[in-house]
Amino acid sequence: MEIQLNGEPRTIETSWTIADLLNDLQIENRYCAVERNSHVVPREEHADCRLRPGDTIEVVTLVGGG
Amino acid sequence: MTALPPDKPLVLGTHTLNSRLIVGTGKYTTFELMQECLEASGSDVITVAVRRERLVDSSGRNILEFIDLKRYTILPNTAGCFSTEDAIRVARLGREILRGLENAGADWVKLEVLADTRTLLPDPVATVEACKQLVDDGFQVLCYTSDDPITAKRLKAAGATSVMPAGSPIGSGQGVLNPNNIRICLEYLKENDPDYPVIIDAGVGTASDVAFAMELGCDGVLLNTAIASARDPLRMAVAMKQACEAGRHAVLSGRIPRKLYATASSPTEGVISRPLG
Repeated sequence: MEIQLNGEPRTIETSWTIADLLNDLQIENRYCAVERNSHVVPREEHADCRLRPGDTIEVVTLVGGG
Repeated sequence: MTALPPDKPLVLGTHTLNSRLIVGTGKYTTFELMQECLEASGSDVITVAVRRERLVDSSGRNILEFIDLKRYTILPNTAGCFSTEDAIRVARLGREILRGLENAGADWVKLEVLADTRTLLPDPVATVEACKQLVDDGFQVLCYTSDDPITAKRLKAAGATSVMPAGSPIGSGQGVLNPNNIRICLEYLKENDPDYPVIIDAGVGTASDVAFAMELGCDGVLLNTAIASARDPLRMAVAMKQACEAGRHAVLSGRIPRKLYATASSPTEGVISRPLG
């Protein structure tokens, strides 16, 4: 199925949770935050939050800024 | 040297700061240089931005590996947001990251809602609205704003923990362009509330700008580019630290009034020659 990931279309397995997605992306979970359809999904819920077709996912981290 | 009586620390909501200088982490050529400059600045609060993970090359180093999370309180900003909604989303994402890292900065945000890409001036209406909503959501909100005293008042009324007027446009290095507006902001915001914190955020070009902002009576200064883009960032970080302290000492000391004519520092009596005229 297809989702929008950080502004780009992405095809993923239908059974995936947010934790599966982060694992596939090899993203250090400790340094990131995830938003699904404009709402933050707390890290404690990543393993239970199953993705649905058409979901808009943002995965962000901290960078240098003023 | 006789020890001076200790200064009051800068209190921003539930946060008590040792340094009145807050520095950004952007624009450094290397993370190692950033680390050294943060240390030299003596700051205990540092700002960061929230951005999308780079999915193509996520093997790159993360800034968080270079920040001592026990030592520094991180102040996440909403830089790059042009609407109330986006600023709120970014603030919540920043909080989620800092909660996971158990950093003290998880309960606050530097709110920026911009209106224009060329000036990076804030959108005052959207900033006030975002401030209200973030305060309702439990954030301590430090608001970047222009030097307009009326907007400053509105932000305080909206629950801002601190109002942070720009001295001049972000990254412009023009210093404090309208000190009279800053004076009025200080008067309005501190009326019957002398400890309400007002911080100059943006526009600093060099150390004297920091000293001047502090001499005006501001409680602190937030800057980034002036250190990170200096020819020698490390030395400039030291200069900014000292300027902040110098300006603070000066405002606590009370400057002498400006007078049109001279007043001799040496005794006028006992001079062996006679004055002219």
